[in-house]
Amino acid sequence: MSLLRVDSLGVRYAEDVAVDNLSFSVKAGESVGLVGESGSGKTQTALSILGLLPRNATVRGSIIFDGMELQGAGEQQLDNFRAQRISIVFQDPMLALNPYLRIGEQILRVLVAHGISDRHAAAASVLEMLSAVGLPDPRRQSRAYPHQLSGGMRQRAMIASALITEPDLLIADEPTTALDVTVQAQILDLLDAIRKDTALLLITHDLGIVAGRCERMLVLEKGRLIESGPTRDVFRAPQQQHTKAMLAAAPQLSRSELPPSTSEEVLVDVDGAAVSYAEPGHGQLHAVRNVDLQLKSGETLAIVGESGSGKSSLVRAILGLIPTRAGTVSFLGKKLPPDARKRAAKTRRDLQLVFQDPIGSLNPQMRVVDIIREPLLVHEKKLSRSDGRRCVEDMMQEVGLGEEFLERFPHELSGGQAQRVAIARALILKPRVLVCDEAVAALDGSVREQILSLLRQIQEASGLSILFISHDLGVVRSIGHRVLVMYLGRLVELGNNSELFEKPLHPYTKALLDAVPVPDPERERQTASLAGEVPSILTPPSGCAFHPRCQFAESRCKITLPEKRVLAGTTVACHRADELNL
Amino acid sequence: MIAARQVFRRARANNAVFYSASVLAAIAVVAIITPLISPNEYLTTDFDRILHAPELAAMRLFGTDDLGRDLLVRTMMGIKVTMVVAIVASIVSLVIGVLYGAIAGYVGGRVDALMMRIVDTLYALPFIFFVILLMVVFERNFLMIFVAIGAINWLDMARIVRGQTISLREREFVQAARLTGVSTWRIITRHIAPNLMGVVVVYVTLTIPQAILVESFLSFLGLGIQEPQTSLGALVSGGVNQLESAWWMLVIPGGLLAVILMCFNFLGDGLRDFFDARQAA
Repeated sequence: MSLLRVDSLGVRYAEDVAVDNLSFSVKAGESVGLVGESGSGKTQTALSILGLLPRNATVRGSIIFDGMELQGAGEQQLDNFRAQRISIVFQDPMLALNPYLRIGEQILRVLVAHGISDRHAAAASVLEMLSAVGLPDPRRQSRAYPHQLSGGMRQRAMIASALITEPDLLIADEPTTALDVTVQAQILDLLDAIRKDTALLLITHDLGIVAGRCERMLVLEKGRLIESGPTRDVFRAPQQQHTKAMLAAAPQLSRSELPPSTSEEVLVDVDGAAVSYAEPGHGQLHAVRNVDLQLKSGETLAIVGESGSGKSSLVRAILGLIPTRAGTVSFLGKKLPPDARKRAAKTRRDLQLVFQDPIGSLNPQMRVVDIIREPLLVHEKKLSRSDGRRCVEDMMQEVGLGEEFLERFPHELSGGQAQRVAIARALILKPRVLVCDEAVAALDGSVREQILSLLRQIQEASGLSILFISHDLGVVRSIGHRVLVMYLGRLVELGNNSELFEKPLHPYTKALLDAVPVPDPERERQTASLAGEVPSILTPPSGCAFHPRCQFAESRCKITLPEKRVLAGTTVACHRADELNL
Repeated sequence: MIAARQVFRRARANNAVFYSASVLAAIAVVAIITPLISPNEYLTTDFDRILHAPELAAMRLFGTDDLGRDLLVRTMMGIKVTMVVAIVASIVSLVIGVLYGAIAGYVGGRVDALMMRIVDTLYALPFIFFVILLMVVFERNFLMIFVAIGAINWLDMARIVRGQTISLREREFVQAARLTGVSTWRIITRHIAPNLMGVVVVYVTLTIPQAILVESFLSFLGLGIQEPQTSLGALVSGGVNQLESAWWMLVIPGGLLAVILMCFNFLGDGLRDFFDARQAA
């Protein structure tokens, strides 16, 4: 008998259908993946199971949990199920935890509120639970407020709070999307290990996560269930076009069809760059330390790192948006002033930026045509209005936007369209270098693939150089001719795409690669090779900053900083790079 | 989910906006037309009909006041004066407040600190004292009332605009413009100001009733509009004196004042909901 049976569930908001005639079931102890792109109705489904939908939603169909009809049940009835028998872990633990309550108290209240135990007994089980989810020093951490914990620790606390009542079903709604890739692997492993016989409904957009961890999967598209079955079967032989497209768009580390870049002309040369911020009460925060890189014409250099690695600070310093503390940035052999405002207009034209949030980087009050034209107004003052408009139209065609978009406002665009507008704005001055700061991180899989291939296309046609920041190694694999890996503000490894992905030299690079969820259920899944989390950049570890998390660390790693050296064409900063065989 | 909630909220917001705007427009039109077609004038006194109660047959719809002047025409005049004072005062506070706040917020640093301390200092001045001072220095003048009210209201506006500007300054589209080399002036006028409009429009519709109240208060004290001209505040003040003998002198202008105030408040609330919904989009 199934634990949860959802039968022809429909969720509607006035005219908009969020979930349409959805039926599925979850057996006791089973793990089921609910996969779909944004707007496919995954979260709406989760919320309707818990009876948490907003009032203006119209819900149809039935949701039977352990023989009880939940759809249409009263709040009091639902309260007996929520938390006790069905729990949920949300995407952002910072938003899901009450910022005014200590971690221990929040979890304890779950037990007390449901009358499971009195405060005294509850306190003991909270500590037990916190240590089970891997919080170091649970006694101390239970007295911490949510903001005092790192993202990963917060999500562990959230899981503790969801599982403390030993529910029959745990719904995890994108539980790792807000986390770094190495931490993501840890959290997913934790979920697997700790849930015991609790059934898991794992909601995600990432097929890689489902591949290794769910017995069955359901694929949603626009509120409809389009495909379901054992995970292996769906991956091996997807029936629907949409599933096939999603699988094709999923990041693959194993292959890269990128032709190697051959150019030798150095456009941007960064030598010993350092960036620091004054942090009141902590002195200097060294975001970037002693990083060298060269960007050649026509190539893409990808910069990879987890949060706090300094990748954004590095490119902002290259662009002259923030000052460098040391080192130089040269463009075509000429040293550039650190402040963009002091740079020649010609150089400024040649370095353009595309941001992460496509909608947020467009002025909501301007039409697409004005947004794309604005750089021309600054740099091509002589251009007539009609010529300017023609330039905009040509540019839009190049990025794959039809004329019907000219007069639209940003809120009338989808994420992918908005990112095309942002790319058009950056390219209208015909720059030599395009900097993309997590430019595809906010996009759905298939749209991301389109934007990446657009960038590759433009690069091929015009010889554009791209500096591509990303935390996603799958994306980097498919676009970066060369890859720079950063950790806590320092260069860790810099090498060609194929060497770096196939034969990483630095243990951190290797760990990053292992942590990427690969959409292949057949692949042997290793448990996360990297323990712990990225330390605070305010107090970086001594010696090699990676040593506390490195399984190969020796005593010298704790004391001396590894020099950068070149091994077989790859620059690496590790004492043991030549002896380790990763 | 968000989209659906927006549609609902927007419809409701639009209702409030629509009805209150229509009522205000109707009042304004009547206030402009009535004196043109009425047989009575606001100045002429009719000694046969002093404190005459409202009466349709005598063409005295609102009755007369203690000097035998037609209250309908005087009330309409009061509405015109009150609305003009309120709207002009709000525009004064809008222009000063938006420019001041946007510059302080966008430039930031020491300039910002200095500009905002000036605002703090002005806040500390007692308002009535300030107005009386202005009246004494510049004589009692219709224009001075606008200036006095506007000069007080812009302080709030400046603070609100500054706060908004600081958050807008960090938005990616402003950074993108700066990176391209767009001039500071153009960033403020093209990128910051249009995105402030939502908040500003809402705030203006909420300062209008405030300005009306201040004007009424000043007129009540005898510092505002001078006889024989009048405003709703002055009429209410006159009505209070005759409350025992002529209720209509208080109730009619007072009631209309209340209706106008409520309409502006509804309009402001409605617009706020509307813009909130759009910002969430």
